[in-house]
Amino acid sequence: MKKSYKIEVDCANCANLMEEAAKKTAGVKDCVVSFMTQKMKVEFDEGAEPAAVMQDVLKNCKKVESDCEIYL
Amino acid sequence: MTKKQKNLLIRIIVAAVFFVPLYLISEGIIDVKLPVWALYGLFLIPYLTVGYDIVRKAVLGIRNRRVFDECFLMTVATIGAIALGELGEGVAVMLLYQVGELFQGVAVGRSRRNISELMDIRPDYANIENEDGELERVDPDEVETGSIIVIEPGEKVPIDGVIVEGSTALNTSALTGESKPMDVSVDDTVLSGSINLSGVIKVRTTAQFDESTASKILDLVENAASRKSKSENFISKFARVYTPFVCYAALALAILPPLFGMITGIGASAYATTGALWREWVLRACTFLVISCPCAVVISVPLSFFAGLGGASNQGILIKGSNYLETLSKVRAVAFDKTGTITKGSFEVTAVHHNPIDAKKVLEYAAMAECHSSHPISQSLKKAWGKPVDPARVTDVHEIGGHGILAKVDGADVAVGNEKLMNRVGVAFMHCHHTGTIIHVAVNGEYTGHIVISDELKENAREAMAALKRAGVERTVMLTGDADSVARQVAGEVGLTDYRAELLPQDKVACVEELLKDCGERKKLAFVGDGINDAPVLSRADIGIAMGALGSDAAIEAADIVLMDDDPLKIAKAIRISKKCLGIVKQNIVFALGVKAVCLLLSALGLANMWVAIAADVGVMILAVLNAIRCLFVRNL
Repeated sequence: MKKSYKIEVDCANCANLMEEAAKKTAGVKDCVVSFMTQKMKVEFDEGAEPAAVMQDVLKNCKKVESDCEIYL
Repeated sequence: MTKKQKNLLIRIIVAAVFFVPLYLISEGIIDVKLPVWALYGLFLIPYLTVGYDIVRKAVLGIRNRRVFDECFLMTVATIGAIALGELGEGVAVMLLYQVGELFQGVAVGRSRRNISELMDIRPDYANIENEDGELERVDPDEVETGSIIVIEPGEKVPIDGVIVEGSTALNTSALTGESKPMDVSVDDTVLSGSINLSGVIKVRTTAQFDESTASKILDLVENAASRKSKSENFISKFARVYTPFVCYAALALAILPPLFGMITGIGASAYATTGALWREWVLRACTFLVISCPCAVVISVPLSFFAGLGGASNQGILIKGSNYLETLSKVRAVAFDKTGTITKGSFEVTAVHHNPIDAKKVLEYAAMAECHSSHPISQSLKKAWGKPVDPARVTDVHEIGGHGILAKVDGADVAVGNEKLMNRVGVAFMHCHHTGTIIHVAVNGEYTGHIVISDELKENAREAMAALKRAGVERTVMLTGDADSVARQVAGEVGLTDYRAELLPQDKVACVEELLKDCGERKKLAFVGDGINDAPVLSRADIGIAMGALGSDAAIEAADIVLMDDDPLKIAKAIRISKKCLGIVKQNIVFALGVKAVCLLLSALGLANMWVAIAADVGVMILAVLNAIRCLFVRNL
């Protein structure tokens, strides 16, 4: 399943870091962060619960870029 | 400006107000004697005001085991400088760094909004007439297919549909880049995203909101940014390796030379004490760190691509990703499907050779006889005659498949068809030297002449080929199912370098594969089709370009680039846009990295101080961002 989230991130490099952090989160199959459109597209693993996974994604993203925000 | 940016601006101003007098005092320009500890304490006020978040991020980064980022670089460099007694420089660097960040944030945010506005075709609501005859605004998502919606002047068409009442002019520029209004009336199709200019129209929707043109285009554009080009991937990999490398290099610069100097004594004699020697090299290392911030490149490359994609879509050229923009700039050969790209795909009467009766009369007989047929050829005959056909004048219509039509028009026996039909009715006919479909006409057993019908060339076809040549395309090849003679004539007229005729649809893929082999690795091949029956070919070529593809899902799906209207000149324009964009990306990479490399070298040699370092960092970033925004301006390209 794929979902798209609005995000807030200040720099392109930070967006790359977020993308990497999200990809490493359990339950996330693939993730693309677009700094320019301020959007995060997440593809979830089969059977993963998006709401729960996104909490972890947010936590991991905050770790690499404390200023970022994902609007869940 | 966002709240965060306003906040930063205030912090910068406050810090600057504190900083300037303090700096003048520390430099001895204002003669106030302060104890050293007081000076340190006072300088910390502007430093922390403007840079507390950077220091915080650096600390957080270390705690989360993500040591090497810009914040870390800036924190270490500035604290290092302050610790060494270079108070003014340390604080100034942090201040200017934040000025740069602010500028970058504002510039990028603004261009991002500009680009999004260019592509803003998302309709917010649809009007539905309720039982009382009043208009009600509803979420377009809730409108079911087949509903009647009302669109008033000035409103966006929310959902694709067919007009059932009223007529108006539509502005379709958001969809096609064509600024001339399009007149539409009952039974015409309207596409979502166009703007109603003059009259109220009622439209019966033919699709759901998310299946409508506007939604599809937006989806495509939004997804485009996620397909990253090689340059973007290079940059993100580069940033990953570069920052740690610079940190270690700075560490080495701070330790090795003074150690070397202490042991061997070489170069150490210039300094009064060992302490001064260490101080000098640690300061150089701090300068080195300031210069090394990679933001200029990291920000400007994706910004350039995004601006390029935005500018192109404003011109009616939808590019599905920056990787395609990159490939497009390397296109050296273009293959065309004939119908719909080079020719209009509509048949037209191009000549009437008549004897003994009038040309008008020949056309009239032909149009009359064909009045009951819906074949494109019959349509073109009726169109050429230009008057409404009165079916009462036509009787005894007899259609002979593969030959033509026999009918009585105003009581006269008329035969309209090909050579076979003429042979069948025993009329001697004349051969025609023109290419195209030849329709012979005989009246009462007597030959009256023939009509030449051919698929019309697009007005811009010839010009488009010339433009492609100027854009660096070496080969233009037409693929068609038509007869060799027709293909040769079209190819010659338009100025194609090559053509392949009498191809079956499946042969086209083989043809494209052969062309791909000819092109080799470095040169890329684009295939241009109208999206009908050529999806496999579109996906086989390096770049598939679908023309006039609005409304054709298969084409939008299979193509990498979608031209919203069917103007062949847009192909060359797309190539020019891609070249400009890639050129700017290269300029920025070379310029930013070049300046950085020179400054790094100068700082290692002790020829550049912190002021030069921060000027290089912020200056390069500003120039790179401004340069990147140029990608947006492609209208007159």
